[in-house]
Amino acid sequence: MSAPTIVGRREFIRTGAAIGGGLLVSLYAPLPGGALAAEEKDFALNAFVRIGTDESVTVISAHSEMGQGIYTSLPMLLNEELQADWSKIRVEAAPVDKVYNHPVFGVQMTGGSTTSPAEWERYRKMGATARVMLVQAAAAKWGVEPASCKVEKGVVIHAATNKRATYGSLADAAAKLTPSANVPLKNPKDFTLVGKPTRRLDTPSKANGTAQFGLDVIIPGMLTAVVARPPVFGGKVAKLDASAAMKVPGVKAVEQVPSGVAVIAERFWPAKLGREKLVIEWDLGPNVGLSTEKMLHDFAETALKPGAIAKKTGDPEAALKTAAKTVTAEYDVPYLAHAMMEPLNCVVDLRADSCEIWTGTQFETVDRANAAQVAGLPPEKVQIHTTLLGGGFGRRANPASDFVVEAVHVAKAAKAPVKVVWTREDDLRGGWYRPMWHDRFVAGLDANGEPLVWTHTIVGQSIMQGTPFEAFGIKDGIDSASVEGAADLLYGMPNLQVDLHTPKIGVPVQWWRSVGHSHTGFSVEAFFDEVAHAGGKDPYELRRKLLANQPRMRAVLELAAQKANWGSKLPPGVGRGIATHFSFDSYVAQVVEASVDKNGAVRVHRVVCALDCGLVINPDTVRAQMEGGIIFGLTAALKTEITLKDGRVEQGNFHDYQMLRIFESPEIEVHIVPSGENPTGVGEPGVPPVAPALANAIFAATGKRVRRLPIRASDLA
Amino acid sequence: MTSFHVNGKPVQVDVDPSTPLLWVLRDSLGMTGTKFGCGMALCGACTVHLDGKAIRSCVAPVSRVEGKRVTTIEGLSGNLTHPLQRAWIELDVPQCGYCQSGQIMSAAVLLAENPKPTDKDIDEAMGGNICRCGTYPRIRKAIHKAAEMANEGRAK
Repeated sequence: MSAPTIVGRREFIRTGAAIGGGLLVSLYAPLPGGALAAEEKDFALNAFVRIGTDESVTVISAHSEMGQGIYTSLPMLLNEELQADWSKIRVEAAPVDKVYNHPVFGVQMTGGSTTSPAEWERYRKMGATARVMLVQAAAAKWGVEPASCKVEKGVVIHAATNKRATYGSLADAAAKLTPSANVPLKNPKDFTLVGKPTRRLDTPSKANGTAQFGLDVIIPGMLTAVVARPPVFGGKVAKLDASAAMKVPGVKAVEQVPSGVAVIAERFWPAKLGREKLVIEWDLGPNVGLSTEKMLHDFAETALKPGAIAKKTGDPEAALKTAAKTVTAEYDVPYLAHAMMEPLNCVVDLRADSCEIWTGTQFETVDRANAAQVAGLPPEKVQIHTTLLGGGFGRRANPASDFVVEAVHVAKAAKAPVKVVWTREDDLRGGWYRPMWHDRFVAGLDANGEPLVWTHTIVGQSIMQGTPFEAFGIKDGIDSASVEGAADLLYGMPNLQVDLHTPKIGVPVQWWRSVGHSHTGFSVEAFFDEVAHAGGKDPYELRRKLLANQPRMRAVLELAAQKANWGSKLPPGVGRGIATHFSFDSYVAQVVEASVDKNGAVRVHRVVCALDCGLVINPDTVRAQMEGGIIFGLTAALKTEITLKDGRVEQGNFHDYQMLRIFESPEIEVHIVPSGENPTGVGEPGVPPVAPALANAIFAATGKRVRRLPIRASDLA
Repeated sequence: MTSFHVNGKPVQVDVDPSTPLLWVLRDSLGMTGTKFGCGMALCGACTVHLDGKAIRSCVAPVSRVEGKRVTTIEGLSGNLTHPLQRAWIELDVPQCGYCQSGQIMSAAVLLAENPKPTDKDIDEAMGGNICRCGTYPRIRKAIHKAAEMANEGRAK
C-alpha cells in the first residue's frame, strides 16, 4: 500500500490561504494554542479581529459559511468601522467559545437566516473598538491627541505633523490597550463598504479546489469509517457477522456503535467494501409499519377534527354560516431530505483528556455538549474546528448532533483518529427530514366575492420538540415552526382561525431551509389564489387590497408585479402566477411564468422576485440567495419527495431523489427594495413563494389546481 | 501497482485496481479538490479529465487510467488564470462551493471542444452537474463570459 499523503494541520492552514490577487483567505480553523499566530506576530485586538505585523487583518467568524456568503458579509460589517485595507482581510472560523455565542439565541450556531440581523451591530462595534485602539496607540507614540488623527485604508495619519503608521506596525501596542466600552458607530448614510456589491472572499479557493470542507480534512494517523445503520428508524442490531468484512484488505475493525455497525478501514473504499460484506440481522423495532400512503390518509382524517388553536380572530364559525360562498381545499407536502452536495462527515481525534473535532457544522455549542457527554469529558476539553460546509440548509444543525456523536462513538471504538463518511444513500435515508404536512382550508366569501373568513387546519410533526429551542418554540402545545407563515398571515381577514394537530411519528424531523414556511408558503398562497378566483378577483389585485395595512409587503408585491408586467399578454400555453410570503422578517413576492406540455411536463420559463430585507450588506449576495432559494424551492415543487414503505425510505440517490438541473433552471430576476430598516433574513425567504407562484401559474396555463408536491406530470396530463 | 499522470506528474499507487479514481485522488494522493457527491455518476462533483475528456471519477476504476493523463481542478491552471476561473471569480458563481470543482472541470471540456457555446450547448454539457445551492444562472453566465475572455485572448 502506498502511504497516503498526509497533510499536516499547519499545512492545511497554508493551503487554505493560497489565493491569488494579494488576497489571503484563511479558511481553516486556528491552531490550538495559537502557535501560528505567535509565529506570524498576529495581535488580537478583541475576539473578532487580529492584526498581523504583515498588515493582514483576520476577522473571526462566529458563524459557519455554508454558501450564504457570511465569510464576506461579516468582514464587511467589521471593516466598515475598522477601515483597514480590504485587500488585506482574511477570515477564520471561530473556535467554540461563549464569546462567539449567537447574540439572540445564546449558543454558537448558524441558522434561521439570522446571522446578518443578529451580528449587524456586534461586528461593527468590534471593528470600531479595534480602530480606536489603533488610533490611541499611534497618538501615544506621537504624543498627539487621538482626536487629531484620522484613518485611511489601514493607516493612521496625523496630518498636522505629517506622521503615518500602518495598522500592522501599531498592532502590538494597540493590543495592550484597554478597549473603550462605547465607541460611536457610523451613520449608515456614511457607509463606504456596507451596501456596495463586494466580491466574496471565498470564491478563489472555490474555483481552484483549495477550499477545505469537512470531508477534505486529513489528520495524521487517521482512519476512515462508514456505518451500517438500521433500515428502519429506531431499529437495532440483533445479530452481526463481521467475518467477511474483516477479510477485505484495508479493513481494520468492525465495531458496534449505538447507531449501527462501524466498519473502520485505512481509507474510504475498503470501508465501503467492508460494509457491503457485513451480515446483519436487524431488530427493526416499532416503526416497521410506517407507510407514506397510510400517513397521507391519516393526516387527511385528522384534519377534519378541530386541533389546538394557534390563532383566532373574530368569530370564524359564525362567519362561515353567513358566507355567501365557501371554498374548501386540502394540500399535501412530503418529507424532504436536505441533500447537501457534501455528504455528512466528521473527523474525531479522541484522547484521554481531550477531543478534537473537525466538521462542517451549524451547531457548535450543541455539538460540543453532546460530544463531551459521549467522550466522558467536560465540554471545555472538546474543541470543534468548523470547516467550510458543502451546504447546510439546516441539516448540519442537528439537535442530537447525530453525525458528530456517532463519530465520537466510532473514534472511541477505533482507538485512533477517525473520519466518519456518509454516502449519498446514508444521507438520503438517514432521516431528520422536513416534516410531511397536510393543510386543510375552508374560506367563506361575502356577497362581493371578498374573503370574510379563513380557516386553516395543519397536521404535521413538531420540529422544535426535544431541541434546545423547545422552551421558546413551543407554547400551549403549539410549535411555532408548524404554524409560522399561517398564524401570522399578513392579509387582513375579518375572521381567522389556524389550528394544529401534532402527530407523533417515528421519523426524525428537522428544520429544512425556510422550516415551517416551506409548507405554509405553498398552501396559504396557493389557496389564496383559489379564493381569489372563486370570488372572481384578480389574484394580484386581491392581495394588494388585503395588504392595505402592510406597506412593506404591498410595496414588494407591486414591484414584482410591475417588473413581471402583470396582466400583459403571454405566449399561448404560458401562465403567470404570483405569490408573496413573509418569513425571517423579510418580505418577498415572486411571479412565475410556466407552461405545461401535453404529457404534463412543467417548464418554468421565468421567475421575477422582489424583496425587502431591510438594509442590504452585500447586494450581490442577496441576489445570489434569492436565485439559489428559488431553485431550491423549485426542486421541492417539481422533483423531490421522501416516501416510506414498510418503514423503509424508498429513495437512495440522485436518480430517485432528483435535483433541478441547469437545463430546467429558469431565467431569474431579483429586485431589491431600498430600505434603511435593520437587516432581516436572506438565506431562507426566497424559498417559500416559488412553489405557490408556480402552482398558480400552472392554474393560469391549464385550469388545473396543484394541491400536492412535488407536482406530478400525471396530475396535469 | 497502477501508474498514471496527474496534472503532468507521474504517480504510482498500490491499491485494489477496482478502487475508483476519485478515492485514489482523495485518499491515496491527498488531492481533495475533486469531490464525492453520489458515487453513481449522477451529480458530477467528481469530474476530472482523462486524456482531455470529462469523466466521473467516482465510477472510474483506477485500472482504467493506467498509463493515461488525468487532470484535476488542482491542475487546471497555475494560479487561477484559466478563463473559467477568472469568470467564476468575476461573477461570484459559487455559494457553498462544493460542486464547483466538478462544474469547472465539465465546463473546461465544453470550452475546449466548443469555444463559443450556445445556451443549449451549455445545457447539454452541464446537465450532469448538480448544484444544490442553485448557482445555475451564474454558471451559465460565467461560461459565456469565459468563452469571451478566451476568444479575446486568442485574438490578441
